[in-house]
Parts: sequence; C-alpha cells; structure tokens
Amino acid sequence: MSLLQKVGVSAENLEPQETGKYIGKPISRVDGRAKVTGNAKYAAEFNVGTGILHGFVISSPIAKGKITAVNIRQALSQKGVLTVFTHLNVPGLAWFDRSYRDQDAPPGGSPFRPLQSDEILFSQQPIALVVAETFELARYAATLVHFEYEVKEELSVGLEQNLDKAKKPEKHRFPVPKPRGDAEKALKESAFTVEEDYYHGYEHHNPMEMFASTVIYGDDDRLTIYDKTQGVLNSQSYIKSVFGLSDDKARVISPFMGGGFGSGLRPQYQLYMAVLASLELKRSVKVVLTRQQMFSFGHRPATLQKIALGASADGKLQAIINKCVSETSTFEEYTENIVNWSGQMYQCDNVLLDHQLVPLDLYTPLDMRAPGGVTGMYALEIAIDELAVKAGIDPLEFRLMNYAEKDQNLDKPFSSKELRECYRQGAERFGWSKRNPQAGATVEGNNLVGWGVATGCWEANQMPSRAKAMLSADGKLTVGCATADIGTGTYTVMTQIAAEVLGVAMEDVLFKLGDSVLPMSPLQGGSWTMATVGSAVKLVCDDMKTKLFKLAKQLENSPFSNIKEEDVIFSDSRIQLKADTQKYLTFSEVLQKSEVNYLETDTTSLPNMLEQNKYSRFTHSAVFVEVKVDKDLGTVHVTRVVDAVAAGRIINTKTARSQILGGVVWGISMALHEDTVMDNNFGRFMNHNLAEYHVPVNADIKDIDVIFVEEHDDIVNPLGVKGLGEIGIVGVAAAVSNAIYHATGKRLRNLPMQLDQLL
Amino acid sequence: MNKFTFVRVDSPDAAIAELDEHYSPKFIAGGTNLLDLMKENVECPDHLIDINHLAFNKIEDSPGGGLRLGALVTNADTAWNQEVEKRYPLLSQAILAGASPQLRNMATNGGNLMQRTRCYYFYDTATPCNKREPGSGCSAIGGYNRILGILGTSEQCIATHPSDMCVALAALGATVNVTGKNGNRIIPFADFHRLPGDRPDLDNTLDAGDIVTSIDLPNEDFTSYYKYLKIRDRASYAFALVSVAAALKMEDGKIKEARLALGGVAHKPWRSNEAEVLLAGNTANKDSFEKAADVILQGAKGYGDNTFKIELAKRAIVRALTEAAGLEEQA
Repeated sequence: MSLLQKVGVSAENLEPQETGKYIGKPISRVDGRAKVTGNAKYAAEFNVGTGILHGFVISSPIAKGKITAVNIRQALSQKGVLTVFTHLNVPGLAWFDRSYRDQDAPPGGSPFRPLQSDEILFSQQPIALVVAETFELARYAATLVHFEYEVKEELSVGLEQNLDKAKKPEKHRFPVPKPRGDAEKALKESAFTVEEDYYHGYEHHNPMEMFASTVIYGDDDRLTIYDKTQGVLNSQSYIKSVFGLSDDKARVISPFMGGGFGSGLRPQYQLYMAVLASLELKRSVKVVLTRQQMFSFGHRPATLQKIALGASADGKLQAIINKCVSETSTFEEYTENIVNWSGQMYQCDNVLLDHQLVPLDLYTPLDMRAPGGVTGMYALEIAIDELAVKAGIDPLEFRLMNYAEKDQNLDKPFSSKELRECYRQGAERFGWSKRNPQAGATVEGNNLVGWGVATGCWEANQMPSRAKAMLSADGKLTVGCATADIGTGTYTVMTQIAAEVLGVAMEDVLFKLGDSVLPMSPLQGGSWTMATVGSAVKLVCDDMKTKLFKLAKQLENSPFSNIKEEDVIFSDSRIQLKADTQKYLTFSEVLQKSEVNYLETDTTSLPNMLEQNKYSRFTHSAVFVEVKVDKDLGTVHVTRVVDAVAAGRIINTKTARSQILGGVVWGISMALHEDTVMDNNFGRFMNHNLAEYHVPVNADIKDIDVIFVEEHDDIVNPLGVKGLGEIGIVGVAAAVSNAIYHATGKRLRNLPMQLDQLL
Repeated sequence: MNKFTFVRVDSPDAAIAELDEHYSPKFIAGGTNLLDLMKENVECPDHLIDINHLAFNKIEDSPGGGLRLGALVTNADTAWNQEVEKRYPLLSQAILAGASPQLRNMATNGGNLMQRTRCYYFYDTATPCNKREPGSGCSAIGGYNRILGILGTSEQCIATHPSDMCVALAALGATVNVTGKNGNRIIPFADFHRLPGDRPDLDNTLDAGDIVTSIDLPNEDFTSYYKYLKIRDRASYAFALVSVAAALKMEDGKIKEARLALGGVAHKPWRSNEAEVLLAGNTANKDSFEKAADVILQGAKGYGDNTFKIELAKRAIVRALTEAAGLEEQA
C-alpha cells in the first residue's frame, strides 16, 4: 500500500471525536413520530382482526412435582375453543438439548422444553396452551382446564437458605482469574480492612411490552413470525432447530420492541407455543403473555458476595477478596461476570476471586441490563467506600490513589481509559470539593443529606456483523442488517452513520432491521450494537463509495477518469473533486448515465482481533449521588445525580444521553425499589404485578446530569465507539448506598435499601 | 377471566332488581379494582351491573350543614372540589396521596370504600387464602407479609385496607348513606369496614344488594391543623406502608380536640378514640404525641417482614401530629 493510499484510507475514516454533519449531533429519533402516533407496530399488534387464533398460556401453580392428571373436556366444550396443548398431546419435537440451545443459552445444561414433560421444575412453568377464536375465549377456557399434581414439598428456592449446595460451575462464560499474590496473607497484614457480606435478591426485567408472538401461517406452510426478541436470527434458528424447519419456512420479524433489557436475548416460550400451535393447526396463531407471566422466565440472579479488602496505612490497596455465590436453575448453569471486576478496577497485587452457583427450583436466570457488572460493582464499590472511610481518606481520593493503569486480570493495557477524567469532571460538576467529610453532619429540616460516589465499568466489545446497502438511481440509500432496535435508537444512529459516510442527507437513507432475511448480526445486547453494526454500516457504505466511484470513472467524459478515490469527497449526494469542488457528479447522475437502476453491496465487518486482543477494552463512568434521608422515617430520596461517562466517540448526543438517563433511573430503582419477593413455602414470586414490583415513578426522579468525557480510542472498532446500553446503570446503587452512609452513618449492604433498614 | 353479561341501569331499583336474575352479580362503577380482580380470577362475577348512570353524582351541602359526597363522583373531582378543598383539606390531601391521576380519574367515592383489602396472596389464586377461599388457610402468616397488617389482625387474615381516602374519612367522622332491598340506612364510618375475625371474606358490613349512595362529612372545622402523611416505598403509586390522618382543633398551643387514624396497618382504617381523648386538653408537643402513638399501637403485632411497621407507625404519628399542629413546616 502506497503512502498516498494510506493517507486516503485514514482520511475516509471518521476522525476520533470529530463531529460531522450528523455524527456527534443531538439528532431526534427517525422513528419517533411513528412511535408517538402508534404507527410503530409491536409483535402482538400485527394481523389484528384477521381471524387469527389466540393462544393463552396456563402456568403451573406449584413449583415442583408432577402433573398426574389433566382434564380439558370442559374447556373444549366451549364453542370457539379449538384445542388445548399439554404434555399429553404435543407432537414429538427435536430430541437433543443442542436443538433447544439458543445463542444466549448457558453452555451445557438442558434448556427448558415447554409442554414436553409432566415434570414441574419451577412455579409458573407453562403447562398448557389453550387455543381459541378470540383472546377472551382462550383466557376464559384456560380457567376450565383442570390439572392434578403430585406436589414435591422439598423446595430449594432461597439463595441464602441453600448456600451449602454451592459448587463451582462446570463451564463459566467468564472464567474467574487465577489468584494473584497472596490475598489472605496481605489482608492479615493490612492496616485497614473491611470484611462484609453484600446481598441482593431477584429482579425481573419487566419491559413495558409483554412477550408476544404472532405467527402467520402462509402458503407452502411458510411461517412469518412477528416476535418480541432482541435477535430475529436467534428466534429463527431456535424455531428451525426445534421444529425441523428449513430457512425459507420461518421468517422472523421484529421491527420494534417495547423494551428488552436482556429479556429478549433468549427466545421466550410464547414463541415456541405460537409456532407449535400454528404448525399443528395449520392456522395463524398469536400468543401474548400476561404481566404475571412476565415473572415466569429469566431474572437477574440473587447474589451474595463476601468481600474482604485490605489497605496499607497510607491507603494503598493490599488485598482484594470477593467470593460470590449466585443462583441458577436445576437444568442450566447460568453464569455472569460478577467477581472479575474486583480484580480489574484497582491496582492491587493480591487478589483472590471465586464464584460458585447454587441450583434452585426456579427458571434459569437471564442477562439483565449490565448482567454481573451492576451486581459485582455495587458490592465492590460499597466495600471500597467502607475502606476509604476506615483509612480516613476521601472516597474519591482513595479511588484515584488506587487507580488501575492497566488491567491486572489480563495483564494488558487499556485501549483507552478516561476514568480519571470522569472523576474529575463529575466531581467538579457535582461540587464534590464542598463535601463535609463527616458522616451524618449535614441536616436540612427533617432530612439528613449525603453525598456518595462510585465507579462504573462495562465491556466495550465488537462482534462480527454483515450489512448490505442499495443505492437507487433516485439517490435513495437503503441499508439493512438483521439487528434490533430495543428502544436504544439503533434506527437513528445507523441512519446517521450511513448518511455521514456516504455523504447523503439522512432523509435519503432508510435503515432496515429486525428481519431474518436481512444480513447477519449478533444479538442486540452487551452494549456492542453501536460498535458492531455501526462498523458494518460504515464498511458497507465505504464499499458503496468505491463501487460508485468506479462507475463514475467509467463514464464517458468522466471528470474523474484520471482521479483516485482518495482525491474525491462524497458529500451532498455528489462525488466531487477535492481540489475543485465545482467538478462533481451527483450520485443519481452516475447511476442514470451508467444506465444502472441501483447499486448493491454486501459486506462482512470483522473485529480486528489481532489488534484488539492486545488490549483490555472497557467503558468507564463515575457516578455522584446526593440523597436526602428522613431522620425519623427512613425514607430515601435521590435528589441529584451526576454521571460522567467515558465511552469513546458519541454518535448521537441525544440518544446517548437518553441511554444514560435510563440507566441511572434503573440504578436508582435497583438501589431503592426493585425486588421480586419470593414466598419460600410455595417457591413462587409473589409481587408479580407492577403495583407491587416497584420501579421508580416520575416523582422519585430528580436532577440527573450526564457528562460525556472525551475519549479517543482507535482500537475498539473503526468508529471509536464503546456502546452505552449498560454503563449507565453500573455504579449507581453503590453511589446511593455510599451517599446514605454519608447522610446517616449507617452502612446498607443489601438491595433494595428500603426504609426499614434505616429505622 | 370468566364470561359475564353486562347491563347498564339508571335507577337504584333497577340495579337491585338485576341482582335476583343472576348467580354472582356485581355492581361496577369505576372498575379500577374490580377489573383487576376479575383479570386475576379473584372475582368471577357472571353479571356486571353498571351503576355509573345513577344520580349519585353530585357534591352538595348535606342536611346537617356538612358536605355530601355523591358515591359516583370520581376521586379526582372530589379531591379538587373547591368546597372539599376549603372545608375538608385533609380529605383532599389523602385522596391525592392515593393511586395515580389516571386511577383517581376513574375511581369513584363509593368504589374507594368498596375496594378489596390488599394482600399478595389474595391476588394469587395459586395460593391458599381465607379471604378468597374461606377455610383454605392464610399464606401471609408465615409467608411474605411486608405490606400487611399489625393491628386488629386475626389468625385467619392479616390483610390491609389500602385506601387513603378512607383513612381521612374515618378521622373526619364521616357517615355512609346506603340504599338496598330494605330501604335506606346510615352507617357510621367506623362501622362500615370490619376486622377479619373469622370471616375475612367480608370486608365491610353491607348486606347483599346494598348500594352506597353518598358519604356525609359532618360540619366540623378541621381546616387549620391537619396532616395526611403517607409513608411508602416510592414517592407515588404505591400502597401505604403506614399512613396517618391527623386533625386538630387548637387553642393557645393546647389541643382542644384531636382526630387520629392510621392506614396500611389493618383490615380497616384504624381510628383510636382513646388516643384522641388522651391528646385533648394536652399541650401539642412531642411527648404527648408519643404517648398518643403508644396508645394507638397498643396490641400491635408484627409478623416478621412487617414488624418494622410498629415503630414506623409511631414515628409517623409523631411527625403527622407535629406537622398538623404547625410545630414544624410541612414537607
């Protein structure tokens, strides 16, 4: 490659932190109007009133045992009820576990197979599907199906009650680093130590939209499936392998999603049931879960972390120990990265980490916004605060004193890490320097006021993805990829990137997603979509430029006949000479003069693993929180939050801010509200509705200030972006706890921190 | 949800006549509680009688010089009614502490009284519940009971009445006007709701077919010293862990008359005459408030998850009375 070419290539790349016409701007959602006017359709909203059949799921009232008898006669006697599927009449489906193992399934184990056995493994297990002409009829007939059970009384449902069953997972998705140094010895020799337990219970995702699948039974037994999912290809491959269908027989579409938060990373059972009913009855079928049933599948696992920290007399971390026990189901081993953060966040030479699982009679846990990260970081960041207090050092200063310059877990440098700048800018905006070091010393009327800080961290991954682009002779660009928009703004940011790279107006770009006929992309999760799909969109548009330029050069009397691609720019839907911008051809002219109706291209974007693997790649944040705690009543209000985030390049400052706001709100929710309560006698989650499963309401949320700290990273991906889906929630719960301590002098280590802990 | 038929009636007689024609009929007004219960198969009426078009839709002066709240006036219209705001500000405050704007726009005053008590287990047909299925057992005792009762509970049931409005009505000494098969009658508020005892399936003392027509507020002046304090797990749209309706008549720093009722602690709004008598004639200060709190919580019993409510209630009473007496700026 000549020097000139190199320069050309880099000139085409997006300069880090440079804002373009669209990149880095606060652009409103391209799908905003469709959403607020009701034109954006969700899975259950397709084919309304078309004579489609409705399935209603019956959920098990018991948590463990066997179904000994089923009576469906009364239900079937209702006019309009077609059938009731139970384990007794479901056809033979795929035999091997691997056919049921979707892209987000834990390694090993036996994924749950609805209606394939009389065995009850968890409360609210789906045990029947009633199919009828209307939803109301199906729901009513469901009350007429009678089951008899043999109940197994011995239940394992509470994490803390079953710690004796803890064991190392066979396959950890995030292997725990080997011990470094001698943490136990270093702890003993430390001047200051903290040894405490940190516990949080079960949480459920509770997106606003219920899980739903609308299966259209078409000609030649082709299924068109509108599914609520964070990955149409995941749903499609699951259905194909379970029901033995070929690619062309099952198309999965999911243009919009009313919130996912990880709950749509695995195909939920309504998809299986709707497809099953459709194939058996050769009719179109819709199945929508109820809010109560939204508590019947994956959840954030309860965890207990035993953390021990030691610091020297001058406040340097000497020892970090985090021994965590979390729960999984009896049939799969769900693991997440909970403890590794403890070995990565701070400079420390003696670290001992351990993670074990307790199998419970519950459904398998499931990735939920910042899975593991939000859990591991909340405990670590409270413990760090406790140690700082013991050492008599300002908690922010303590973090800076123990700042990790490299990732000691992996012994690699960070691709970029502007966390120090997050601390600095966050502290300045918050006014941290005015903090009274004394806990319980700031009083306002009946309220005790406290300030707390915590650190957030999340992965900055890029995955392989494909994308295709089509430029038509009228200058319109269509770009497609099978990714999802789970409310994050994928439609918008991908439209921005395509418009910016090819040099067309956003109005001339149509970005398509959520359809299994589109080019491959991974699941929408892990905060990797911006990096992954964004890079693919950039690549395919770069490729389009090359194709377009080649075509332009070939034209008769082309102004570019002796010109190289790097000597032109693509802007305003034109190819124009850099040296003389008056010499140009519009894209439409190029296509029309070439007598080409459209240009198409399809590319595969792969992460540069060779380069990326040399580095540890993470997003960081510093969260500052003010709380007011009623001195007598224990009520806690978060009155102010500043979240300073270093996440590489920000493509859209508006949707990016929304991501962080949503994350912070959820962090407050995790800190103060969210808790799925378990009845240990019945092994059943009891607050399975939104009246009693609390998330914050508007009145709980006050000022939230988001800062994006400038961060330049040309390792993570060609766009230099890091993703924002998870980072906003991480650290918030710890910052709230630390602020409560500062307000009251009481240290709360169990989530949610409800007022009875403060009485 | 079961199958049901639906009829709209335009007179109480027509409403009552509908009852005899059906196996398990129910009146429906705002439906904000009934529909939830039907969706969970807790209530399974075969016939709904829509009483929204009956004439109980006004707020007007009552014969005794007080105010009459029509049973079909919405909670929102009641809370924002100028007469209510002026003469019974405690009631406005209590109503606005409850539910959400959307619910208050639908929910009626009669319906607020008629809402069922709250308990996780009552709402989940997969678990035993004496209120839902008499004799099946109480799952909340020995189960999860954070939001449940500490006063007036029985071995059969520890559910709590979730209304905020009713706590203020209890404190203000309202009466409930009812019509039914046997004509009209007036029920003092304290006798309207009942304790669970050995009949937890019954939330109130209405006879089958009775319709609440209005609620009368007596002509009393609790407009200067009052406070409805609601403690809950989030700032809005949550049931009270503990709520306090406090209203005082004061003279020269002394309490002339006191009203004190608690919500979120019992099967009915919990008003204590004993505590009120104790307060009357005393100086308004922390000491007398604490004594009153101790009296009202005499015999309180915790069930584990909800034991904190005893201490919380005491503190909430002291706070509410302090703010009502104007000893502290209201939050």
